Amino acid sequence: MQPQFFMAKYWWKILCVLLLLYIFTAGILLPVPAIPKLNESARNLFYHVPMWYVMIVCFLCSAIYGLKYLRNNQVKNDVISREFVFVGIAFGCLGMLTGMEWANIAWGAPWSNDPKQVGAALCLLTYFAYIVLRNSVKDTDKQARLAAVYNVFAFALLVPLLFIIPAHFKSLHPGTDSKPFEALYTQAAAFRKLSIPAMFAWILLGVWIFNLRYRTKKLENPELFI
Amino acid sequence: MKVVNRILLSIALILSNFISNAQDANPNTVEMADVLHQNGKIYLVVLVLVTIFAGIIFLLVRIERKLNKLEKQKKEFDN
Repeated sequence: MQPQFFMAKYWWKILCVLLLLYIFTAGILLPVPAIPKLNESARNLFYHVPMWYVMIVCFLCSAIYGLKYLRNNQVKNDVISREFVFVGIAFGCLGMLTGMEWANIAWGAPWSNDPKQVGAALCLLTYFAYIVLRNSVKDTDKQARLAAVYNVFAFALLVPLLFIIPAHFKSLHPGTDSKPFEALYTQAAAFRKLSIPAMFAWILLGVWIFNLRYRTKKLENPELFI
Repeated sequence: MKVVNRILLSIALILSNFISNAQDANPNTVEMADVLHQNGKIYLVVLVLVTIFAGIIFLLVRIERKLNKLEKQKKEFDN
């Protein structure tokens, strides 16, 4: 393969590997600000939080492709939409598990009905219902149409569940009182030079896994992708 | 191959940054290959993380190559 062609096709996967390598080494070794109670566990910011970013990006792409399917009825868009949901759910579950592990140490219990915890759990349940809904319809055309409509509503529900409602309650999570994105720009510089690359690194990994799933589906059912 | 060389060079530069950081930590002692035992053995944890990460990427790359091969076969078959 020509090197130019190789880079054109793989540059973002190589970038993903390099960024993740940076996150796995520098994320542990570089100093982070000393915050009471958090101690070194603040480093979870580079591993736990990006799981949710990946989930949100996957579900957003899924909703977009769901809308696309409703507009032009191409089964290809439905396949893309579904695969994004699977990847999103996988990362969401990882986010939930790592969050509970962290909460167990930092807040004393894996589950303390924190508004963000409940919002994230409801959001995941909405998407579990998406899978159940899909599999309960036999007719493929109807299945795709119903799933796409549900998907758009599920994403419309995700926004208040993850951003708006938690912002109105007192939360154990930092940076949630009144301004959902405040944490991103009020973070200490030492955090930011890791948390922002971490966000891109993990999102790229999620897209890579989606890319593999999508291509597998394309090989399995080439007739859907004409 | 120019691009590959450039990537290798940038990796080497990034790594050299870490090495120089590690050396600054104890300027008065004799330099030994004891990096894995320093600072409560945190470097050991990094090594484990990187090993696991390398394993996962290895798996992803394997799947990637397998898919590439199948896609190529299919293209030839279709033609």
